[in-house]
Amino acid sequence: MKRRDFFKQTLPAAVTLPAVLNGFSVKAYTGSSALVQSLLGNTTDTDKVLVLIQLNGGNDGLNMVIPIEYYGQYFNARPNVAIPLNKVLTLTSTAKTGLHPSMTGLQSLYNEGKMAVVQAVGYPSPNFSHFRATDIWMTASDSEQVLNSGWAGRYLGVEYPNYPNGYPNSQMPDPLAIQIGSITSLALQGPSVSMGMSISDPTSFYNFLNGVQDPVPDTPWGKELKYVRLVAQQTQQYTAVIRAAFNSVTTQGTYPGNNDLAAQLKIVARLVKGGLKTRVYMVSTGGFDTHSDQVNSIDPTVGNHAKLMARVSDSIKAFMDDLKGLGVDDRVIGMTFSEFGRRIKSNSSFGTDHGAAAPVIVFGKNVKSGIVGTNPLIPSSVSVNDNIPFQYDFRSVYASILKQWFCVNATDLQTILLKNFQELPLCTNGACGSTGLEDIIRGSGDELIINYPNPFVESTAITFKTKGGHTLIQVMDTLGRVIRTLTDKEYVPGTYTLRFESVGLPLGVYYARLQNGSLQQVRAMLKTR
Amino acid sequence: MDRREFLRLKKTSTALPVSEESVRGVNSGLTPYGGGWTTKEVAHLLKRTMFGATKPDIDYFKAMTVSQAVDALLNVPATVPPPPLKNYDNTSIDPADLDYGVAQGTTWVNTYSTDGTANARRINSLKAWWTGLMVNQERTIQEKMTLFWHNHFSTEATSYDRGVYGYNHVSLLRQSAVGNFKKLVRDITLDIAMLRYLNGYLNTATAPDENYGRELQELFTLGKENNPNYNEDDVKAAARVLTGWGIDFSNDTRRFVLSRHDKTNKQFSAFFGNTVITGKNDAAAGDTELDDLLNMIFNKKVEVSEFIVRKLYRWFCYYTIDATTETNVIKPLAQIFRDNNWEIKPVLATLLKSEHFFDPLNQGCLIKSPLEHVIGCCREFGMKFPDQVTEYNDAYNMWNLLRFYTTILQQNLGDPPNVSGWPAYYQTPQFYELWINADTLPKRNLFTDAMITNGYTQNGKTIIINAVDFTKSLPNPADPNLLINDALDILYRVPLSDASKLTIKQQILLSNQTQDFYWTNAWNAYLANPNDAAAYNIVNTRLKSLYKYLMNLAEYQLA
Repeated sequence: MKRRDFFKQTLPAAVTLPAVLNGFSVKAYTGSSALVQSLLGNTTDTDKVLVLIQLNGGNDGLNMVIPIEYYGQYFNARPNVAIPLNKVLTLTSTAKTGLHPSMTGLQSLYNEGKMAVVQAVGYPSPNFSHFRATDIWMTASDSEQVLNSGWAGRYLGVEYPNYPNGYPNSQMPDPLAIQIGSITSLALQGPSVSMGMSISDPTSFYNFLNGVQDPVPDTPWGKELKYVRLVAQQTQQYTAVIRAAFNSVTTQGTYPGNNDLAAQLKIVARLVKGGLKTRVYMVSTGGFDTHSDQVNSIDPTVGNHAKLMARVSDSIKAFMDDLKGLGVDDRVIGMTFSEFGRRIKSNSSFGTDHGAAAPVIVFGKNVKSGIVGTNPLIPSSVSVNDNIPFQYDFRSVYASILKQWFCVNATDLQTILLKNFQELPLCTNGACGSTGLEDIIRGSGDELIINYPNPFVESTAITFKTKGGHTLIQVMDTLGRVIRTLTDKEYVPGTYTLRFESVGLPLGVYYARLQNGSLQQVRAMLKTR
Repeated sequence: MDRREFLRLKKTSTALPVSEESVRGVNSGLTPYGGGWTTKEVAHLLKRTMFGATKPDIDYFKAMTVSQAVDALLNVPATVPPPPLKNYDNTSIDPADLDYGVAQGTTWVNTYSTDGTANARRINSLKAWWTGLMVNQERTIQEKMTLFWHNHFSTEATSYDRGVYGYNHVSLLRQSAVGNFKKLVRDITLDIAMLRYLNGYLNTATAPDENYGRELQELFTLGKENNPNYNEDDVKAAARVLTGWGIDFSNDTRRFVLSRHDKTNKQFSAFFGNTVITGKNDAAAGDTELDDLLNMIFNKKVEVSEFIVRKLYRWFCYYTIDATTETNVIKPLAQIFRDNNWEIKPVLATLLKSEHFFDPLNQGCLIKSPLEHVIGCCREFGMKFPDQVTEYNDAYNMWNLLRFYTTILQQNLGDPPNVSGWPAYYQTPQFYELWINADTLPKRNLFTDAMITNGYTQNGKTIIINAVDFTKSLPNPADPNLLINDALDILYRVPLSDASKLTIKQQILLSNQTQDFYWTNAWNAYLANPNDAAAYNIVNTRLKSLYKYLMNLAEYQLA
């Protein structure tokens, strides 16, 4: 088997199904037919694109976005992996927060006003299993809730309710979502069918990003396998449009070599420029499960995590530069996410164990730049079980992007995310109108929630300031579990006080979380003897 | 089918010396296979002789020797399954038709009916029932051979049009699955469905109909490739021999009407040694002359035996028959067929036990037929169907769904495209490849995707692949490497490279992690708490992705 042949004969990974209506192929129907039109429904017309970057393994958010504000506690909690203060990359307009020294690309994006950091993104009762936590992020479920469809899949399901019946068609000739890689992610799973298709390399359509496709031997079964693969290749409905889009772009910017994420983003940029109407792209890169050797034992600014940070930063920077050069930077935003962050306290093998909340990076020309939320509070004495509590529910990030970028209305948002989530000002798309969320605290601000006494023995008074409207005060433990909801109702603007009674609860750190519209703040409280 | 085994086999397969290297490179012959008897070989035997190779069946036959396993598969019981049931209501059926009085849930096969609607529904019932027999097949070759004969003695239900004809026809094929070929040809000649389908019932002395007389020779016994061969006069003469047979439509019985029989002598060509079949003029004339005709045809022993053996070969092994295979396999098998007086069983036993059958080059090269694809998927994953007694209506619905899929995949059970059967078994040069095209391949994936994703629900009953249960049946599901290997041993007949397996493992089972223990922990967490929805879902979503992916790869289409 010649290697060239073997690439020629390969097969797209997830074969997108043909459209079938009552058992009949609809390939005979054209997009202008009344039947197809009736199937389409009213789809929002937008050329906006969202790129989801999954960091597999649980990224150490604390070493990516470093809380300079609490550097002493930070260093104290993880002396063997802490980034030296003088190496932390600074950001304009805030002295409280910095970036990992490998992230010069993201530093310049931030300083150019094209990047937001959403602090401490997570959810109540975090799960520490890679699998379960990944599924939670993909499906946008509650911690205890099991869902079989993905959030992006549900969004596309709302927009294209009859997919795959009648697709592709003249209105939507392109895949709804594309996953770069061989297996379509749970995030793209719609209520009944997957809304996404997987591709690796549009020029050859071979299965796996690393080019794994088994060669065909010169035997009877090899002959038949080759035949089936050939038909499969011809059958792929979207082959032609993807190839055409891909091939219509002849020059692109420079991407770093030996960087799998960059290679994937390069394909995305090319397909976007090539004119695909595809709304969601999903890429992923792994290796973030840094239980050991996260950093070099002598120099914590180098080592495995530093390489990962460089991989992410360099590839996003190259992608953004390329989008700009291609003239499509107006159309694209992206976000990173990982199934969880890592423990505040490092372990003795120069690594960190599975944790909870972590920052999410949102990037793009139309992103509202800045730091959303406050640096996570780090207790001065950190136990091995202490985790960063979430300030923002990850579904708030999804909800905000869907609303502000794809103009999803409130009813649909609730359908997609299954309940209402707080909206954060993350991006602007003129078509969706103004968000009215300009007053959010970015980087610094008032103390909206305090408690007294602190430390406390049994009971402490929590005083909070609300600008009116729905206000929620929760108390969470260090595992991120919500153990009390002190209030959850409408208020008139003002300052209020509630008591937190801790009878029966163990000693340790607790977090009081205020949520008031788009405002969000967390207060650390210490229970002592 | 690893390389070492392949080389070892080549070395021992010198029973029949061959002068020239075969184009297929398959030189093995009919010497009994003495190589390894592992899951791979058992799966090969079962995928070829049954519909799919299930884990329990593989384990069952692996405990035997090759010879015992083949003998067991050929030991077809004489028991007759419960007949098809009335799974339809009386809407639009003429109340005067006797079918109207057949209670739902009881069989219609003993009740005379001429109503068009009733018979259309009976035929659907028959097809669903037949599909169900395949799904629930015993551990024998019976269903595969029944389908072989259906393809060989092709009839179309839409043409003969009566449920009872179809049931009797299929019953004959089932009973004769591994019986005597010559007897089967005789029985088929007088089978009512065939009499109607190929116009035997219209074949009279005054207006002979040559349809059956031709196909009897061209398609059923001699084939058209012989040189010399029967000629047009032989077709006419054979038709005259068969005059007088008909159907009494008043009670759906076969009858011989002497007045319609051509009582003159029938002269055949030099190919048949200028045989003259003497015209008879008595009540037994039809039978006597039919026997004379069949004796004459079967006297062309080499032609008949080689024609049938080639067809069996293409059914069970591969479609390319080169000179080496002709010498090493076809001719000696044909000799066995003749020596055993047209008994099918010794032929199949010799073939299925042979080095040739187990030759690595003969494994994995058969493109699954739609029925093998659909039924095999249901069986290999152990899909649970509604109880065919207590929930017969639901069971029929599900079988009907499978029949629907095989039909859109171009294999409508009971209704082959024409008298030649399905082109995949005769049409050179593509043969099985004809099953796969730009329309059918996506539909094959549509079926497996549907079964693994949401299954199919009707009337509150669901059939669906239970990915977790299937995985549990594997010996080492906690080890992601062994899980993939063991699943592939059942689902695939061609190898996947280690690199592919690694990628599949990491991307699916490990969710892009690298350490195997993440899967192991997830699996063990599920086992420890089988009722925990989250724990179940973690393994279930990944397993569904895994099997869906495996069934979408081209490799899955091969058996």
